[in-house]
Amino acid sequence: MVKEPEAPAAGVTGVAFGDNARLAAAKAGQAPAAAPAKPRTPVRYARKQYWNEPTMTWWEKAYLPEILRGLAITTGIFLRNMGKWITGRRGAVTTYYPEEKRADFAPRNRGKHILTQRPDGSPQCIACNMCATVCPAKVIEIEAGFDPNDPAHPKYPVRFEIDYSRCVFCGMCVEACPEDAIRMQEDVPNLVSDDRYNMWMTMDEMLTWRPQQDVAKPYPPKPVPLGLGESVKRGRGQ
Amino acid sequence: MNADSVLPDLVVSLVFIGYAMVMLLSFGGLLTWVERKQSAVMSDRVGANRAYIRIPFTNVKLVWLGLFHGMADGLKMLLKENFKPKTHDAVGYFLAPFIVFTPVLLVFAVVPFGGTVVPGQLIPALAGWFGDRAYNMQIANLDAGLLVVFAFSSLGIIGAMLAGWASDNKFSLLGGLRAGSQMISYELVMGLTVLGLILVYGTVNLGDIVRQQSGTIGGVLPAWGIFYQPFAAFLFLTAAIAENKRIPFDLPEAESELIAGYFTEYSAMKLGLFMFSEFIQIAVVGALFATLFLGGYNLPFMTDAGFSLPGGTEIALSQAVRVPLQLLTFLGKVALLCVIQIQIRWTLPRFRYDQMLGLSWKMLLPLSLANLVVTVLWMWIAGGGQ
Repeated sequence: MVKEPEAPAAGVTGVAFGDNARLAAAKAGQAPAAAPAKPRTPVRYARKQYWNEPTMTWWEKAYLPEILRGLAITTGIFLRNMGKWITGRRGAVTTYYPEEKRADFAPRNRGKHILTQRPDGSPQCIACNMCATVCPAKVIEIEAGFDPNDPAHPKYPVRFEIDYSRCVFCGMCVEACPEDAIRMQEDVPNLVSDDRYNMWMTMDEMLTWRPQQDVAKPYPPKPVPLGLGESVKRGRGQ
Repeated sequence: MNADSVLPDLVVSLVFIGYAMVMLLSFGGLLTWVERKQSAVMSDRVGANRAYIRIPFTNVKLVWLGLFHGMADGLKMLLKENFKPKTHDAVGYFLAPFIVFTPVLLVFAVVPFGGTVVPGQLIPALAGWFGDRAYNMQIANLDAGLLVVFAFSSLGIIGAMLAGWASDNKFSLLGGLRAGSQMISYELVMGLTVLGLILVYGTVNLGDIVRQQSGTIGGVLPAWGIFYQPFAAFLFLTAAIAENKRIPFDLPEAESELIAGYFTEYSAMKLGLFMFSEFIQIAVVGALFATLFLGGYNLPFMTDAGFSLPGGTEIALSQAVRVPLQLLTFLGKVALLCVIQIQIRWTLPRFRYDQMLGLSWKMLLPLSLANLVVTVLWMWIAGGGQ
């Protein structure tokens, strides 16, 4: 590329545009348009005027009264909170984290996992490993067992553990589960520890969810075998 | 000075020095806690409250509202690696923290923290040894008191600029430059401000200045400097906060621009010294302001003899009551001024650099000069045109 002469001192506006145009021309493989030979005018620096320039009254420009107003606000808040502390109330919006549970978790918050149960108390999980497969952080470990006494769900989890030191709380395990066996509560897993091996949650803890009304997936009573011709009748529809 | 007065004098001086050191260092340590808690309370937070001391062999943990966080900080500073940049200037880098730290302590040498004490009367057991010699509660009763204050406080500039230069880091250098220009600008304002006060009191001896403030103005107001020179008091506090390089004047440190300014390259206890000197300087500024403008160690209408209230009531105070009262009054005033400074620091945003220098040279300097002119005219008229 031909070495360009130094950019002419154009007006304050239009400099950027002209540069861009030359750059575009250079990219397209054309020779840069020859800059019009203008006499070099000294560019006087002028601070750019923005559309949202602050407009201040002389009272605000004097600065001191506004400082005093600000100090009055902060001191007022300080005294209010201090009064609360002195009278034994909490003058802060803080929740002491591991000791206290926040009252305002959203009902949809994806917190700690629970394993739902069948009405007889056994986990609804069938150890299909889909949650462990979809998990982006690979935090779920499932060990499957065989139960010959339950022909409907012969596979069941012997061990179901989640490593919360790595869990990203994305909720994909919940979406992947075909049995609605894993859900996430709004409560967070309170696993405050300085040791990552204390951050595993086992199946026992995840099976503590005992809702009175909301059974995860109420199974209908066992279907009675159909008699001859009944399926044909049903197929016709009512 | 005869021979048998040397030892008592020495003992008294050592006691005063010990008191001043303990007071300043504990102020420095406590102010870290006060700053944390005060800023937390005024922004709806709780503040640091987790550090604790466990009583050995028991499970009792003393938390005490997070008071031990300062100790934890100190311990951390002491135990950290003392990292030095590869290309630093060894001598300057080593000296700078001490040059910053020492003058701050030295300034307090001329500040009186109590009235006259006669140890022989206060503690009768020592009467034989001390006789009836009286001592001003002040480390060095210098006639040049205020000049010494300015001499020492301007030494801090050297430390800051040395730290910035010796670290061999661009951010440090910029911070050092900023520190230099800022401190020189504001020291000028501070000096001119105090000049009016010197005119009013006619002395630079801080002990005399305090004693002159025990009277009344018109029989009602206590004759405090802040009532003689309210404008100067405001200017002095502004310049002193700027001198201390704290928000809103923390341009030399400017975390968002310069990492930590002139002590970017310092670590461990050297960094701790910079921090600690900043906190001690809060207390020293408070002590100076109390001495110059708020009647020092005296309560209103109080002299070494006792109270003389505006109504003409005289309440005599024995020395055993007066000396602790004066010490506590001084501590209380300093603590209050420290709280005010911390409140200012947590309320205001930082100035831009040109605004900061403009404030000094275009606003505070002309204002302090005007204040001086008005004071001179007033003194001239009040003195009958002499």
